[in-house]
Amino acid sequence: MELTVTDLSIARGGLPVLTGVSLRLGPGRALVLRGPNGIGKTTLLRTIAGLQPPLSGSIGLPPEDIAYAGHADGIKPTLSVTENLRFWARIFGTGDIAPALGAMDLVALAERPAQSLSAGQKRRLGLARLLVTGRRFWLLDEPTVSLDVASVALFAGAVRAHLAQGGAALMATHIDLGIAEAEVLDLTAFRAASAAPAPGGFDEAFA
Amino acid sequence: MTALLLRDLTLALRAGGGFGLSLAFFLIVTILVPFGVGPEGGTLGRIAPGILWVGALLACLLSLDRIFALDHEDGTLDLLATAPIPLETVTATKALAHWLTTGLPLTLAAPVLGVLLNLPVPGFFWLTLSLALGTPALSMIGAFGAALTVGLKRGGLLLSLLVLPLYIPTLIFGADCVRRGVEGLPTATPFLMLVGITLGSIAILPFAAAAAIRVNLR
Amino acid sequence: MSIWEYANPKKFMQTSAWALPWVTGLAVVTLVAGLIWGFFFTPDDFRMGSTVKIIYIHVPAAIMATGTWFMMLAASLVWLIRRHHVSVLAAKAAAPIGTTMTLIGLFTGAIWGQPMWGTWWAWDPRLTAFLILFLFYLGYIALWEAIEDPDTAADLTSVLCLVGSVFAVISRYAVLFWNQGLHQGSSLSLDQEEHVADVYAWPLWVSIIGFGLLFVSLVLIRTRTEIRKRRLRALEARERMA
Repeated sequence: MELTVTDLSIARGGLPVLTGVSLRLGPGRALVLRGPNGIGKTTLLRTIAGLQPPLSGSIGLPPEDIAYAGHADGIKPTLSVTENLRFWARIFGTGDIAPALGAMDLVALAERPAQSLSAGQKRRLGLARLLVTGRRFWLLDEPTVSLDVASVALFAGAVRAHLAQGGAALMATHIDLGIAEAEVLDLTAFRAASAAPAPGGFDEAFA
Repeated sequence: MTALLLRDLTLALRAGGGFGLSLAFFLIVTILVPFGVGPEGGTLGRIAPGILWVGALLACLLSLDRIFALDHEDGTLDLLATAPIPLETVTATKALAHWLTTGLPLTLAAPVLGVLLNLPVPGFFWLTLSLALGTPALSMIGAFGAALTVGLKRGGLLLSLLVLPLYIPTLIFGADCVRRGVEGLPTATPFLMLVGITLGSIAILPFAAAAAIRVNLR
Repeated sequence: MSIWEYANPKKFMQTSAWALPWVTGLAVVTLVAGLIWGFFFTPDDFRMGSTVKIIYIHVPAAIMATGTWFMMLAASLVWLIRRHHVSVLAAKAAAPIGTTMTLIGLFTGAIWGQPMWGTWWAWDPRLTAFLILFLFYLGYIALWEAIEDPDTAADLTSVLCLVGSVFAVISRYAVLFWNQGLHQGSSLSLDQEEHVADVYAWPLWVSIIGFGLLFVSLVLIRTRTEIRKRRLRALEARERMA
């Protein structure tokens, strides 16, 4: 089972941002998306996650295999770390949250309410959620934001362990995670050309 | 689904505002009415069914924007949309959680407030029954309205504008059920219509609400 | 040639530019003819006197008020199923017209009701139903205004229109049940005994056709404006990107 994206065009706010994106991601592989701000990394990840429809092209992977982690972690401040994590484990129908707590070094914080966590600790909790989804393809949008050096290493270790178990990760990040298996895809080449509108026609207003 | 329901209930309990605010609002509206219309028992008793239904409806309206707004802000809705449970189940469950934290307490409080408004004795049974069967429709319709306005910055006022017209049939049949109960008239027609609206809302609106949320997440 | 070709914005702009003067001209002629015939060349009613003549505005406006909502419902369905932008923009364009027609119906009704029933307003089922319809129009327009992204707004307002239609029908019956009214029966009907006399009916039909044409003309103008606004939006966005 691999993730195949074929000739994908995506739009943000009704305007095409990327066209002709094709990529393949097999088990055990990681792919890092690079490109300047506004190129459409988040939009691409959300499209692959099935949160928004593509303009054209196809995505060959059932959404049931995908775990998406966006900018926001979906953490409830009044619930404890364990409660937050256990909720997602139950939603995804997986049982044990202990390995995830361990992997993200959250054991000592397990009973703390999430509102008392620092930004980096919250981020770690958000990433621990990926581990309890039990899904193989991780879509990660800037996963290392607000993580310190030690936590980045922790996260890189978790990704590597996931790849070793036959998982795969597609991530948008600027930091070199030191994951040897990771390939890099620069999205600048796929930037949509902003063609001048044809005079007199109205069709292109509805691209 | 159970997990989501339990989480929403826990959140409502911990945040404190969930149960309390709507109930307090209901209480205040009911207390204000005699100051406005005068203390005469006959008048109060005659308008009590309508006042209690309108009060419960407005109290319900107050908490609607919380159904999806918080989950949208912190990204939970994105994650739920990619989770293995269908979004239709999510919207129905969240409406149920809203009813358990708002509609149900309002239903239980209504008879007590009925005493304050001099509601005639046969009215208590019908008031409780009609609210118990009608408030689920209010929660479900409200969840639909909340789903429509979830991405908006100042969605609260717009939400009221969208939802209140949709509440009209529920209010008419609900209040009329109590009024007929008080006057000893047959209540079958408004009662069955009220149940019909509730069942219809529960059957159709989770799909409409889920569609609206999908559009808003794009 | 299929009707869906008119869903192409360019084709729609061409065709509507050609049709607009004709429709507008015909609307003006029919309206003027219907109203003058109705106002000056029909006898006063033996009970209602000359106040009966407001019927030539009141009834067509009321018919247009409900008709507009049905048109919006159809256009919303077309958008949701076939994703034709012109369709949903026509629904958006029609909403304020429907709102105005509803208001005209309500106001002329009040003016007529005062001498007839002795009150400006009564919670009569028909009046109440139109008031509720007015609220539905307001909500629909407000939702359009509130949402930035045009496609998101189109989808959400269409869903609201669909759900709103169901609840509007339920409200209509709820209101009938809630209060039997003092409004007279239908002014025009083909199968009932109770309707207005022929001497009033003919100019009334002409007025209704005039209002219908006026509606078509206004919807065309407003839809053209909406399409141009969308085009402007796209052009501006492209400017910013370049």
